[in-house]
Amino acid sequence: MLRSGVLVVGLAALALSACATTSGAAPKAGGKDGAAGALPAGLDPGARPDAFPSTYRPLPSASFAIVGASAFTGTGQAMENATVVVRDGRIATVGEGLAAPAGIPVVDGRGKWITPGLIDSHSHLGVYASPGEEAHSDGNELTDPTTPEVWAEHSVWPQDPGFHTARIGGVTTVQILPGSANLIGGRGVTLRNVPSRTVQGMKFPGAPYTLKMACGENPKRVYGSQGRAPSTRMGNVAGYRAAWIEAAEYTRKWDDYRATIGRGEKAEPPGRDLGLDTLSAVLRGEILVQNHCYRADEMAIMIDIAKEFGYRIASFHHAVESYKIADLLAANGICTATWAGWWGFKLEAYDSVEANVPLLQAAGACGVIKSDDSDLIQRLNQEAAVALAAGRAAGLQISEAEAIAWITANPAKSLGILDQTGTLEPGKRADIVLWDRNPFSVYARTEKVFIDGALAWDRRDPRYQPRSDFDLGQPGEGVR
Amino acid sequence: MRRQLAPLAALLTLGAALPAMAETVAITGARILTAGPAGTLEQGVVVIRDGRIVSVGRGAPPAGARVIDASGAVVTPGLFATGSLLGAVEIGALGDDLSVDNPQIGAAFDLTEGLDPASTLIPVARTGGLTSAVVLPQPAGGGYAAHEHDGEVSGRRLTAGGGHGPRPNTLFAGQGAVIRLNGSEDMVVRSGVGVMVAFGKAGARAAGGARGAQVAALKAVFADVRAYAANRRAWEQGSYRELGLSKADLEALVPLVQGRTPLIARVHRAADIRAVLKLAREEKLKLILEGAEEGWMAAAEIARAGVPVILNPITNRPDSFEILGATLENAARLNAAGVTLAFTGPEGAAHRAREIRYGAGTAVAWGLPWDAALAAVTVNPARMFGVGDRTGSLEPGKDADLVIWSGDPFEPLSTPRAVYIRGQAQDLTTRQTELRDRYTDLGAPLPPAYRHR
Repeated sequence: MLRSGVLVVGLAALALSACATTSGAAPKAGGKDGAAGALPAGLDPGARPDAFPSTYRPLPSASFAIVGASAFTGTGQAMENATVVVRDGRIATVGEGLAAPAGIPVVDGRGKWITPGLIDSHSHLGVYASPGEEAHSDGNELTDPTTPEVWAEHSVWPQDPGFHTARIGGVTTVQILPGSANLIGGRGVTLRNVPSRTVQGMKFPGAPYTLKMACGENPKRVYGSQGRAPSTRMGNVAGYRAAWIEAAEYTRKWDDYRATIGRGEKAEPPGRDLGLDTLSAVLRGEILVQNHCYRADEMAIMIDIAKEFGYRIASFHHAVESYKIADLLAANGICTATWAGWWGFKLEAYDSVEANVPLLQAAGACGVIKSDDSDLIQRLNQEAAVALAAGRAAGLQISEAEAIAWITANPAKSLGILDQTGTLEPGKRADIVLWDRNPFSVYARTEKVFIDGALAWDRRDPRYQPRSDFDLGQPGEGVR
Repeated sequence: MRRQLAPLAALLTLGAALPAMAETVAITGARILTAGPAGTLEQGVVVIRDGRIVSVGRGAPPAGARVIDASGAVVTPGLFATGSLLGAVEIGALGDDLSVDNPQIGAAFDLTEGLDPASTLIPVARTGGLTSAVVLPQPAGGGYAAHEHDGEVSGRRLTAGGGHGPRPNTLFAGQGAVIRLNGSEDMVVRSGVGVMVAFGKAGARAAGGARGAQVAALKAVFADVRAYAANRRAWEQGSYRELGLSKADLEALVPLVQGRTPLIARVHRAADIRAVLKLAREEKLKLILEGAEEGWMAAAEIARAGVPVILNPITNRPDSFEILGATLENAARLNAAGVTLAFTGPEGAAHRAREIRYGAGTAVAWGLPWDAALAAVTVNPARMFGVGDRTGSLEPGKDADLVIWSGDPFEPLSTPRAVYIRGQAQDLTTRQTELRDRYTDLGAPLPPAYRHR
């Protein structure tokens, strides 16, 4: 059976980052196990599970209230004349027709709309930065089909101008993934979409790491064309299974070692392997699998592989055929992160339908609209509108308030951060977008974007017009 | 969740009944956006007979006409996908029929011979309200290539500037065509609508490495073509000097150097745009710019030259060093300067041609007047490519290419209720709606394989 639901996995990972308690984690410093098992720095995979810790600090903020706007809360609810109160970077109150508390600044939301900050669960910003020259091609470690040892965050260029254009599109949280050339492509990372000098300054505190895996055409084409495995889909599957067998053995070795030294006996520590550290953390439920997979039949195979080795898949990405197995995905609690209108660019994308996400929703499965594209990420609301229209054309009754979850609450769920963001609910991070009109309109533009209660973009305030270093002195220095 | 009866069933059924020849059809009650001299008509009436528009106006439908009540709907001309690959591609990664790298066949390449009316992309495009496309040849060596959406697995990315392929063998990509999206053998409306040439980085590569070499090479070619046109007999008899092109290419370029057929210049950077304007001025060429991401930086010059521009309104990132000035306000700024615009869509406006109307809406959100956006997807491309006398606006005598929309045609939540091409209601079923419909009931006793029309 699968280990746990997405939320539980997410919480486990959050706990990990705060204080290691899981089986793969380090013995506590100063404890008696520590004395027996102390390893030189860098040789114990559990000693520093967060080797590149987040240094994220919210931008300067103060308490405020938005009053009088229409709101989609991300919980399926639509509000008129909504009031949202933000204190200390968190949402304090959300309700209809409430008076703003005295003594804090008020944003007049009349005639405008608010939504949770948008979340893109599939982006390559920073790893395929603009300009898209060879020197910026940092998303696929094309030297081996199995590269769990690489981490996308080590490729992220925080000066990618695309982070800023995405923020203007309302995106406050973004998952940066390695590419899909490899069966196992490496760790993904979830970022706060704030301007930062370092990637550490963007890392979402406590968000679980993710693992990129890929089905289908890409791995078999890339490696098959080099005359090496995999060259077929069955070769792909053999590759995943071999990797998980190795990970299971590695996990057992470390568990045995810890048990031995835990009894006060001496033991030779296993050699540390970066890739197997990552896969082992997946098997412990600490890292969430994000699986690129287009075809329904391949997704069904991947579900069985996950069951064979005891991990769970958080989301299938692209997954243009998810509607064919909506029941299976609902039963296994796996999200589908996809587009509405993209299709046919390759054979495995031929059977895409615009109503994929609405059909999943109708079947009780989790649907996410994502970009995988530095242009589309600027208009996730538009893509959600396309999907919504297609759902209605298919005869499904879906409200705008429900559909906004495809770009807010559902991606938060798939990334294990729904307890932190993704909806407008008291206690959550105050990630809020103020739109000049209904975000399901093609004419909608963001007016203000708040991240952790801090203004990060304001169309009218010259102090909040961020520019990448790259843009300085260029013709693009003005509004993009 | 229970499926409702399709709310548009009534209209679709109506649409499926093709008007018989000589039948008069009147579409009534709609807000009619003509994109022509009649402007916008509230509660207007469009009368169609024999595939043509008879009248656009107000008042009662003619006696005996079959009336289509479109009350509350919006009627527009059928939309154009300009700069499209439609009809010439099925699966992006499997290639298209628009790119030739043959030193004997460059300008002479006529893509209409390779178009497939049975392409499944054509019905899909119609569901975006598109009734016409301007299909353009694609420069060899990567002037356009399908983007790797899902992993950039090639290890490199193709850019708007024109790829990294080997040096192409020709300066000319070939000739474009206007097609109607009725999916039938009479799909070609007009061929030879312009000769495509990639400038900037891609053009430099074709000429051996540097931009200036391309200008020199083109000038030499144009001189040869003029010499050929003036000395055909001597050339045929072998008593004229050798010319640098095949006979087919020389013939194809005669209308270009005579200013009868436009040069369609794929060009991005402002400096390159100015260089192309200068070349066209010196060679007295008719010119259309395509791409023009930095067009706003040369807007006054483009307007002064009377040169129209094809652009994708959503391009705003510095995705290459040729488009550092890209902005969502490009369309608005060019329009304000008086430049005529036509819109293309993402990735060759083929699989994603449906998004052209959203791009038009995005241009409006970023400052383009609404009517200018409608013109950029209807009457402007029709005029730019020589079919303005028969389509692109709702005017008496033109082909009845039109769309009945549930609302504002640029809004994703609006959908086409009916699409007419030459007066014939088009089937809005697509391979995609068939796939959707066979998988809506996953609990049915027999597998989906048994469910099809």
